Amino acid sequence: MDGIMDLVRRKSASIALIIGVFVFWELACLIGGISDIVLPRPTQIIASLIEYWPAIQPHAAQTLFTTLVGFAIGVVIGILFGVGIGSSRLAYDTAYPLLVGISSIPKVAVVPIFVLWFGAGTVPAILTAAIISIFPIVVNVATGIATVEPELEDVMKTLKASKWDILWNVSLPRSMPYFFASLKVAVTLAFVGSVVAETVASNRGIGNMMMVASSTFNVPLVFAGLFILAGLGVGLYALFSIAESRVTGWAHRKDLAVT
Amino acid sequence: MTRALAAVAAIPDDDAAAQKSGMSPRVSHAKPFIAFEKVSVRFGKGDKQVQALAETSLSIHEGDFVALVGPSGCGKSTLLKLVGDLLKPSTGHVFVAGREIGATPIRIGMAYQNPTLLPWLTIRDNVMMPLKIVAPFRSQFRAKRRGEFRDRAEALLAQVGLAGFGDKYPWQLSGGMMQRANLCRALVHEPDLLLLDEPFGALDQFTREELWQIMQELWMAKKTTVLLVTHDLREAAFLANRICVMSARPGRILDDSPVGFARPRSIDMTYEPDFVALNQQLRSLIVAARGGTGIVQAGGH
Repeated sequence: MDGIMDLVRRKSASIALIIGVFVFWELACLIGGISDIVLPRPTQIIASLIEYWPAIQPHAAQTLFTTLVGFAIGVVIGILFGVGIGSSRLAYDTAYPLLVGISSIPKVAVVPIFVLWFGAGTVPAILTAAIISIFPIVVNVATGIATVEPELEDVMKTLKASKWDILWNVSLPRSMPYFFASLKVAVTLAFVGSVVAETVASNRGIGNMMMVASSTFNVPLVFAGLFILAGLGVGLYALFSIAESRVTGWAHRKDLAVT
Repeated sequence: MTRALAAVAAIPDDDAAAQKSGMSPRVSHAKPFIAFEKVSVRFGKGDKQVQALAETSLSIHEGDFVALVGPSGCGKSTLLKLVGDLLKPSTGHVFVAGREIGATPIRIGMAYQNPTLLPWLTIRDNVMMPLKIVAPFRSQFRAKRRGEFRDRAEALLAQVGLAGFGDKYPWQLSGGMMQRANLCRALVHEPDLLLLDEPFGALDQFTREELWQIMQELWMAKKTTVLLVTHDLREAAFLANRICVMSARPGRILDDSPVGFARPRSIDMTYEPDFVALNQQLRSLIVAARGGTGIVQAGGH
């Protein structure tokens, strides 16, 4: 019972903080007399969200689409690479430096290359979202697989289990908590990728809409775009959190015992 | 020599002689189930090379319960890994059932000190895991997982005192209970050979003694060949039919003596003079093996 009360208290505190930030923002703009070209008030932003909704909606759908497709590609490639790298010491040592090198390239820098290859539009956004979300997934899946207890591997080997048996019955299920933890990070990163690509080279998507809005000094609309992105990001994060607790509840048993 | 040892004193001399020649020992048995022939193990290369196991020959018969004791790092576990085909010998050969290891179709069960139960599976599913992997069972697994195999796992769990715990998850069990489930997992596929590497090492004394008795019952029922690595001399003397004492690294077998106490053995028996004498004898061997310094871990006194 104490646990439940504690949970409610924690949730209410974070909700109060969010509301508090917006109230402070609103009041600061009103009292300080900040122009809406510099920083619009939350109420103005919500008003423009409602006003421009028919125009915003296809952009939001486009961004969500490129993000999810890119993310899906990232997940598939990430799992394949993660399993490959995690199952072999040699592959791990060989491929890891290259991966670190690739991951340390700012992903904005590859957008022009994608544009060069595939033209402006949807494809560069998808690819940027994919490439940015691959790395955390590879690292986490590889870690989950590489850290299987050696004793457990011995037990499986004495049963004459094949590599595939071990992977399917032990390593993969074991890496699921790592995988889902990385999904939550990767999906928010995928948003960054797709929006950056849209901003640079697309005529559709929230990123492009914000560029156009800022060039016409429609600052409330720019911020409305930010709100949309935040909303989509939080939504997907929450979705994967729920999936995580469903699939890998065994790794978070203390939380489950409380609620 | 104590009275208990004297009861079976006729055999070891044969054995020792046979080992020196590397040939099949005891005349009464046709062929040893497990035979190490001049096996040695080295790790690493060049200057960093470490000899883990000196040239060793050892024969183990079907249905025997052999305990390996010795100072830490003496190569007891290395010997176990050789039998489990987890490690290749640097020189020599390991034969199981008359054929070179790896070519033999025997079934092996293994249990370590760390129970390594899979946290996402129930205890029953954990116990059934070998049936999903091992050859004759794996093809029937889908069909029998809810019937025969399930019953078999439950029966085994009941045997070790875990009746009704099949639906629990490992984290809901105590360390002793997890170790019982671990034993069940090592036995569910009816192995020809059971390899135990300090399986009761992390448990408190009373739980450990309880598990010794369970282990003894299981062994008496099935007569599976068991190779037990332990540094607890009481454990070795309580459970085994034969105790091999190993030297400090590089390990070799210093002493190989049978344990003649009648079964079923009781915990009370471990405080009787014969048992204590055997423990002291083993202890002094190991103290000598590690250079006569320090105190032997666990053991009788």
